[in-house]
Amino acid sequence: MLAGVLVLLVWSSARAELTIEITQGLDNPTPIAIVPFGWGGAPLAEDVSAIVEADLRRSGQFRPLPTSDMLSLPRSSGEVFYRDWSILGTEYLLIGNMTAAPAGALKLEFELYDIPSRKPVFKREVTGNASQLRDMAHLVSDAVYEAITNIRGAFSTKIIYVEAFGTERFRLMLADADGARERVLLTSKQPIMSPAWSPDGKEVAYVSFETTRPAIFRQVIATAERQQLTNFQGLNGAPAWSPDGKKLAMVLSKDGNPEIYVLEIATGVFTRITRHFAIDTEPNWTSDGKSLVFTSDRGGKPQIYQVALASGRVERLTFEGDYNARARLSPDGKTLVMVHRHRGVFHIATQDLVRGDIRVLTQTTLDESPSIAPNGAMLLYATKYGDKGILAAVSLDAGVKFRLPSRQGDVREPSWSPYF
Amino acid sequence: MLSSALKQSMALAVVMAVLAGCSSTSTTDSGGMADTGPVSTGTASGVDLSSTQVVEEPMPELNTVFYFDFDKSVLKAETRAELTAHAGYLRTDPRPIRLEGHGDERGTREYNMALGERRAKSVRDFLVLQGVDASLIEVVSYGEEYPAVMGTTEAAYSMNRRVELK
Repeated sequence: MLAGVLVLLVWSSARAELTIEITQGLDNPTPIAIVPFGWGGAPLAEDVSAIVEADLRRSGQFRPLPTSDMLSLPRSSGEVFYRDWSILGTEYLLIGNMTAAPAGALKLEFELYDIPSRKPVFKREVTGNASQLRDMAHLVSDAVYEAITNIRGAFSTKIIYVEAFGTERFRLMLADADGARERVLLTSKQPIMSPAWSPDGKEVAYVSFETTRPAIFRQVIATAERQQLTNFQGLNGAPAWSPDGKKLAMVLSKDGNPEIYVLEIATGVFTRITRHFAIDTEPNWTSDGKSLVFTSDRGGKPQIYQVALASGRVERLTFEGDYNARARLSPDGKTLVMVHRHRGVFHIATQDLVRGDIRVLTQTTLDESPSIAPNGAMLLYATKYGDKGILAAVSLDAGVKFRLPSRQGDVREPSWSPYF
Repeated sequence: MLSSALKQSMALAVVMAVLAGCSSTSTTDSGGMADTGPVSTGTASGVDLSSTQVVEEPMPELNTVFYFDFDKSVLKAETRAELTAHAGYLRTDPRPIRLEGHGDERGTREYNMALGERRAKSVRDFLVLQGVDASLIEVVSYGEEYPAVMGTTEAAYSMNRRVELK
């Protein structure tokens, strides 16, 4: 079912430090033709249709037609001849045309066609300025992806991750979901860990050792304004925002050993959630905000548990294998994603919460820190390639895989943003 | 329960107040906060520190790095012997020490933070049992963030599962 194709895609943009290497796509990706968008003005900083093509290719669900194979290059509906595309086996056709809009803005009109049924799917437009060309491209990708798959696109989302240069320098980085437009959020000589997006996509919480001890900070992404939230003896780690953004779950060991706490941000009140002499850590919220899943070795080995906040009742969720940790729930709440040790090797695995069966998604080693896209289609994780820490992605059905290696330091702990 | 929650919120308020002066940082130099930030400000009140800065006895012959088995925090026999010697020095010549716990890179980062702390605490508990003043011991875990040896071999891993006495 799975194709062993190896497509190598390297961004031409010199700014991007993360590159994309697609290692596995679907066996039968949907053939789509993305005609270079029309534009009569001076050369633009970005090739918008090429970004759309890269987005759709990276999803693993599409096979874009090479421009050199196209029999015509339509820019408007009057130039579309279905026969030109049906003889090439194309199922969908995307065309677009950019024009200058008032105040230096650019207007992109784009149309999607269903070739086998010989009818237009939609015609839309997006307007932006010259610095928003990548945003415009990702919006087009989102629209095309959703129209064809019925799944909301996540091309306009962003990622935060940690980059380390040996043990000398650490950076908290922000980039587009395709790795482009990297921006430094924080630089430190001490480790930075566990970045977590706030549900509104405006803030990030993380652990920084800049005080020579681990402490939890929150930072407003737009302004770099930040606040230290904890300064307790021992562990201050694994921050996780509640779905309403008002609370942070975390691990603190101030009372002797690692326990899960919830901080109400507005009041600064901490509530202890777990009471056990074992390690309890890595909390993550259920989407209703009423429970936390967390890692505990109370049974002797790390496994995933769930605690109901109202009653304090704890339930064990994982039983297969002797190491299951750092769980995340899929947006629909039906699938647990976690780090799972299988035959001594650490992989990313899913567990169906209804049926209970575990599925290993990755074949790489030392896999950790899974973070699910807001549409639930893909997840990012950290792994090793050679001796270097890199980010990689896999679809939740394991059908699509790609890597985002960094040209510079070791990258790790990806956190996929919510929708903005 | 209520009073402890109140204390916690007051502690947080203090942290926030201390940080208020440097809450806004540029995107590029925030790492410098360790030198100029919250923990090192505002104590220049003429306190005479000379009496506490006693010359430290160098202990070159004593090992200060203790190794652990995978997923374990049990002290090895040689570690217990070395810590007994440390405890002797620390009883006769008390000084603040810091125990830094570390793990290898296998497993998740936050779980390894907890394992690193558990290892450092088993060293602390042993020292306290040997009569060392617990209030002089600080425990900090670095998890897998500061490997002593880079690499993905068991040899490298065994050097990284450690507690360093400083």
